[in-house]
Amino acid sequence: MSTTSPVETAGAGAATYVDQRLGSNKFLARNLGKVFPDHWSFMLGEIALYSFLVVLLTGTYLTLFFKPSMVEVIYDGSYVPLKGVSMSEAYSSTLDISFDVRGGLLIRQMHHWAALIFVASMSVHMFRVFFTGAFRKPREFNWIIGVVLVTLGLGAGFSGYSLPDDLLSGTGLQIARGIVQSIPVIGTWGAFLLFGGEFPGTDFISRLYAIHILLIPGLILAMVTVHLIMVFTQKHTQFPGPGRTNDNVVGYPLMPVYMAKAGGFFFIVFGIIALVGGLVSINPIWVFGPYTPDQVSAATQPDWYIGWLDGALRTMPNLESHIAGFTLSWNVLVPAVIIPGIIFTALGAYPFIEAWVTGDKSEHHLLDRPRNAPTRTGLGVMAITFYLLLFIGGGNDLIASAFNMSFNSIIWFLRISYFVLPPLMFVLTRRICLGLQRRDREKLLHGYEAGRILRLPHGEFIEAHEPLSVKELAVITSKTDIAPIPTPQKTDIDGVKNKKYAIQSRRSKLSHFFYGENVPLPSAAEIEAGQAHVAADAALEAPLHAYEDADQISTFHGGVLHHPGMAATNAEQQNEH
Amino acid sequence: MTDITPHGSQPAKLGHSPVADVPHVLRATDTNPKAAKRAERQVASMFLLSIILVIAFIVCYVTIDKDTVVYIPVFGEVALLTIMLGLTSGLSILLIGAGAIQWAKKLMPDVEVVQMRHEMASPADATAEAAANYERGKEESGFARYPIIRRTLIGAMALFPIPALFLLRDLWSGGLSGKASPDEILSHTLWRKGERIVVDETYQPIKPEDLPVGGLVSAVPANLMEEQELSGNLDARGKAAIILVRMDPTEIVAQQGDGWDYQGIVAYSKICTHVGCPIALYEQRTHHLLCPCHQSTFDLANAGAVVFGPAARNMPQLPIGVDNEGYLVALDDFAQPVGPSFWERG
Amino acid sequence: MKFLAARRRNPLVALGLLLAALVAVGGGYAAIANVQPAQASASSQTQVEEGKKLYLAGCSSCHGMEAQGTANGPTLLGVGAAAVDFQVSSGRMPLAAPGAQAVAKAPSYNEEQVAALAAYVASLAPGPAIPTEEDASFEGANVAQGGVLFRTNCAQCHQAAGQGAALTQGKWAPNLMQAEPKEILEAMLTGPQSMPVFSDGTLPLENKKQIIAYINNLQNASSPGGLDLGRLGPVTEGLFLWTAVFAALIGAAIWIGIKAR
Repeated sequence: MSTTSPVETAGAGAATYVDQRLGSNKFLARNLGKVFPDHWSFMLGEIALYSFLVVLLTGTYLTLFFKPSMVEVIYDGSYVPLKGVSMSEAYSSTLDISFDVRGGLLIRQMHHWAALIFVASMSVHMFRVFFTGAFRKPREFNWIIGVVLVTLGLGAGFSGYSLPDDLLSGTGLQIARGIVQSIPVIGTWGAFLLFGGEFPGTDFISRLYAIHILLIPGLILAMVTVHLIMVFTQKHTQFPGPGRTNDNVVGYPLMPVYMAKAGGFFFIVFGIIALVGGLVSINPIWVFGPYTPDQVSAATQPDWYIGWLDGALRTMPNLESHIAGFTLSWNVLVPAVIIPGIIFTALGAYPFIEAWVTGDKSEHHLLDRPRNAPTRTGLGVMAITFYLLLFIGGGNDLIASAFNMSFNSIIWFLRISYFVLPPLMFVLTRRICLGLQRRDREKLLHGYEAGRILRLPHGEFIEAHEPLSVKELAVITSKTDIAPIPTPQKTDIDGVKNKKYAIQSRRSKLSHFFYGENVPLPSAAEIEAGQAHVAADAALEAPLHAYEDADQISTFHGGVLHHPGMAATNAEQQNEH
Repeated sequence: MTDITPHGSQPAKLGHSPVADVPHVLRATDTNPKAAKRAERQVASMFLLSIILVIAFIVCYVTIDKDTVVYIPVFGEVALLTIMLGLTSGLSILLIGAGAIQWAKKLMPDVEVVQMRHEMASPADATAEAAANYERGKEESGFARYPIIRRTLIGAMALFPIPALFLLRDLWSGGLSGKASPDEILSHTLWRKGERIVVDETYQPIKPEDLPVGGLVSAVPANLMEEQELSGNLDARGKAAIILVRMDPTEIVAQQGDGWDYQGIVAYSKICTHVGCPIALYEQRTHHLLCPCHQSTFDLANAGAVVFGPAARNMPQLPIGVDNEGYLVALDDFAQPVGPSFWERG
Repeated sequence: MKFLAARRRNPLVALGLLLAALVAVGGGYAAIANVQPAQASASSQTQVEEGKKLYLAGCSSCHGMEAQGTANGPTLLGVGAAAVDFQVSSGRMPLAAPGAQAVAKAPSYNEEQVAALAAYVASLAPGPAIPTEEDASFEGANVAQGGVLFRTNCAQCHQAAGQGAALTQGKWAPNLMQAEPKEILEAMLTGPQSMPVFSDGTLPLENKKQIIAYINNLQNASSPGGLDLGRLGPVTEGLFLWTAVFAALIGAAIWIGIKAR
């Protein structure tokens, strides 16, 4: 039925030409029909990818006009309130992009918004992967690459934010230098090497430029490529549902549906970025002024993704040690070096830690429902709580002025909350998850509570239950419990002492903590019996429906459904007696 | 699940099988040719509108002056060109995406299909073949037989990146023998005995009577101007910037040195001892100096002591007096390095 | 009247237009806001008498019968007429309620009464006089130089865009977007509340006028990039990202996932 157009004929010719040289048709044969599952949360990673592409496109345009130089010039562009002011060439060329290149401001703002979206969507994507357990075997490598990508994203963002050499970002660089200087032994020399001397020096912007436009994007591009190849090879995970198992993948084929949807989504993300870039101001550097190391603006803030670090710096108590003629600045080291180091290391190591604790060595392609891994979900919520508290610290001065509070009180609130709220949220989340598991079990055994009370002919009241839908049954029964690692023996059957007892015992305890409290699913027979019971309930209601259908009179009265032939109102009932 | 029966049956497609258990509901566009026609028109008009918007973009680019400002409710006064370029290009791009997705949703098949997964691990024979290949390679190369080759190779591989580290040394050309080391550089500023204190940016020298009680001046050393002539003065400025404040002499509780004030005028570094932000947020009633970056608060009436926040050290004080013309001068350089801590600081 | 609109032609013309615009705006402000400065400075004896009555009735309970100050309020000796004019006509004084700092509100005294109070306080000890219309006019002042001085002397508390910010213990540096030239000048001269004094000796009137011209420019600036999000910097940008932008992106993702009917 399909016809072949001349364009297609040419295309087929080209495909053959390439195939004869690269064997590409084998790849196409395998992959044009590749199935991708459909879920909105699977698009989060796509948002990251697409915003990165927009960052690359707009960034390339900006390099055509930006001059990464700290040479001092006197501004003579069209922005009057800075005319005649001494500034670096970097700042002045950013002003030119904003005021003298037509559409330059649009591209600059798109670049900045897209960068914010890039980091934000990576973070949300990471949370999705974490809470659904998508990082489990065989996807641990991809998780690590993801963590590296987030780190690189922060670096890309911060280095770009600093390039215009405005007062706001210059202050950020001063802080960054202070952090480098706090590193023991090598910090001072490291700072001098990085900046080519004292702060701010005359070299740093051009060095940062190379890092921002070559090194970091190159690494990101390489990492993204590997990330995508792995997704492609391992096939995407899927949420549980009817017909979806750990051994299959249910969704739409690459050609044409997924191609249209993913390709269309690229244009949607691109379009939204262009709209926001054109309509909403971001980083108006002309308001901040050029950088000078002795000027500062109140409410100096980094972009949102560095906000948590700034919050950590703000809330850290002022500890500093002086040992044997050397200075150790805990007040900077802990919040800016040690805590981020721990956070990112823990993040990267998490899949391995969890696999070790649970002893789970099987492949997982069907996603976990967060409630079915209560400890993991609790840990995730705990981490988010901690992050949000740090984040509040980063904006405490604006919160203070917006809500007429004292930032000193906010800092004290945070200092205490860091130790109280995350554990509290962990316990709470874990409890909620276990509660949800119990409810799932109830649903399997008794179906839905329909909210209707049924009075039977012999006077008994029962609550009507409804059977679960096919989808729900499939989703709830997707839960796979992993048995906790058994408590080890101190000696084996031959009486030989178990040398690894200590570690095995700890592991077993952790494993019990992780999964031990999980509410087991009922057996297949129990579920069948439960659902059959529900069906019987429904059968009791059947004559009622027949009655309803017969005379169209609502028999629903006072929240109680009445069987045909029974008194419907209190008055009628009293008349009966 | 045993109690779920497969619903309906879809014809198998090339390489796929239909999903069991999933009832497929036909769309309006599947059953109603009119609806399908409507969807077709919808998609095509989105693409058409996108084309028109590109033309609109070009028109805007050519006709709107880059300095034209218009008032738009909610947005306030904005540059018309940026807004219009954003709107036209954004919408034209967005419509391509919306059209493609509408096409996929309404007109392309919406039947989900199944593909089987395969275990990631390679089959045993492949693993065995790989192992055999490795053994053969090991044997043929003699990697195991020639330990001296092996060890020297490992040594060479470990050392060859070292020159790259050396090459990084000249990222900063200072600090060689005879030249000042980083900690020496960080420990000295332009201030010296008799150096006049001048107002930042206007470079006016200051007489004590110019500064009333409660007054604040951001100041720099007069020799900063000469420094500017030499090489730009940002580095020197970043260390030498101070603030001068005057309080009632009776309010001064402590200072870092005896008589370092001049009739209630005290001079402190402007660079925070935490991570180096400039600070001039001075509250004249409380004599508190607040850093806008991380909210370290210093008490200038009490030797610049830290009263709140993450900074660990007092703000360094500059001893001041007047010269024979009656202008405020420094009596010496700072007695300690200004700015953030560093390892060699002691 | 906006500088951006003026930039259509040669930069010099633009500068001229800008100055003209500033004069128009500033002159307008001055005309409306500052009708009686001359009378205030040339205080008559009756005005002082009138001011004393008002003082004893409304101010003495905190500032003392002789304006010598009490535990509840600082001395007013030497603060000058400018301080009185600033505090009372902005409604900060008399204090509505004790708090971290006085809040600006509708003034409790009319212009004549303020002038009388100012005359009385000025008669007790010398201090900065209420600026004249000419003092507060910033005609011809260099805006760019004003920007440099603003960032050196003002931005650390009032924020680079003049949006105000938090000080310690719940105090704050106010937003400058509604501040009038005379008010700004008075504040610099007298150092109200936490604000330090920027005396004419260290920051001459000429520089003060440049700063006022820059603040005026900030007040009237257009936002070239679109919606300005309060010009508060990255925090509001982040907020907008996580609310509006993400709502749009995730909304689109959800729309893609919904099956068509």
